[in-house]
Amino acid sequence: MSKKVTSIDMTAMCDVAFLLLTFFILTATAKQPEPLPVDTPASTVQTKLPESDLATITIGKGKVFFGVTGKEVRKQALMAMGQKYGVQFTEEEAERFSLIESFGVPVQNLKQIINMTSSERNEEGLQPGIPKDSLNNQLADWIMNSRQATIDIAQKELNIAIKGDARSEYPEIKKIMDILQAQNINSFNLVTGLRGKDF
Amino acid sequence: MAELNTGDGGGGKKGAKKVRSKKLNSKVDLTAMVDLAFLLITFFMLTTSLSKPQSMDLGLPDKDENPEKNKDVKVDENRTMTLLLGDNNKLKYYIGMIDNPIVKPTDIAYGKEGIRKEILKRKKTVVEYTGNKDKGLIVIIKPSKKSNYKNLVDVLDEMAIADVPTYAIVDISPEETKLIDGAAPESTTP
Repeated sequence: MSKKVTSIDMTAMCDVAFLLLTFFILTATAKQPEPLPVDTPASTVQTKLPESDLATITIGKGKVFFGVTGKEVRKQALMAMGQKYGVQFTEEEAERFSLIESFGVPVQNLKQIINMTSSERNEEGLQPGIPKDSLNNQLADWIMNSRQATIDIAQKELNIAIKGDARSEYPEIKKIMDILQAQNINSFNLVTGLRGKDF
Repeated sequence: MAELNTGDGGGGKKGAKKVRSKKLNSKVDLTAMVDLAFLLITFFMLTTSLSKPQSMDLGLPDKDENPEKNKDVKVDENRTMTLLLGDNNKLKYYIGMIDNPIVKPTDIAYGKEGIRKEILKRKKTVVEYTGNKDKGLIVIIKPSKKSNYKNLVDVLDEMAIADVPTYAIVDISPEETKLIDGAAPESTTP
């Protein structure tokens, strides 16, 4: 008798638990490995980043990486860049490129990166960053072409987020801001971590 | 063995008894399974909510190359507070203009006890001084070349916490660079 009382029927609880588990697994987005890991500074502001039509500029260790959301936008931006810099990309390469979250190579070397596997690509120190000096400002062209592609595809203005490393020096950030301002982008997001108000 | 064999058939008094015994066996202890399920739920819940990146909106003023349009707006020097960000997490502030400051450039710490207190105090006094709620404190942020990105975000965060009505990021002048990077702190001001 006493044995019967201590054991509870767990079936219903198990059902609920697994239902929730399934829900969370399905809604969770797999975290993509980043080719340039950065340590973002923390802030108390809790605005969320927009999820679509977003270009992320990652700055760290003196390198700049660029990534934009949306497969179609990526493809179109790639084609536009290829045209401008005289590099021909095949349909298959564009398809592969549309799966890359973020990259940091000049357009001329992009083919090699596209043909690598994702783990090879994310090896540290492999990608040298996108050129951004005034003579060879590919970053500005990427931003421009991605904006154009977003307008063509989604009829929306592209949002820009800057994801800077906490230790990177201000002039690096300033340079990116200047590039953005040269295109009349005066409002953008700074990606930050979270912290409480008592620090 | 005999029990197993008669399990599927089931007939007669003996068979009925066997079925009951089988029912008892089929009850598995689900405690461990539930434990595992909840552990995984907790994991997924925490990772999904944490992985969404936070962001901070930043608006910069229009950069207009046309000097005609880009006239300097005169503001009361009593309303401005300038923050100079230096290397090694150094921070200085002064009130008014650099040549003749109302409050001399002073070292101050980041965080709750340092800069935040000062900003909140100034915010109050400026409104009292102007007597107009719309004419509040103006904070000018001047990051030097050696300051890092974390400093900038920290200061912008202070602006958000203290709810400063107007703030701007401005390029640092050579005079101020000297002030924050080298030389004795009090030497430039009489």
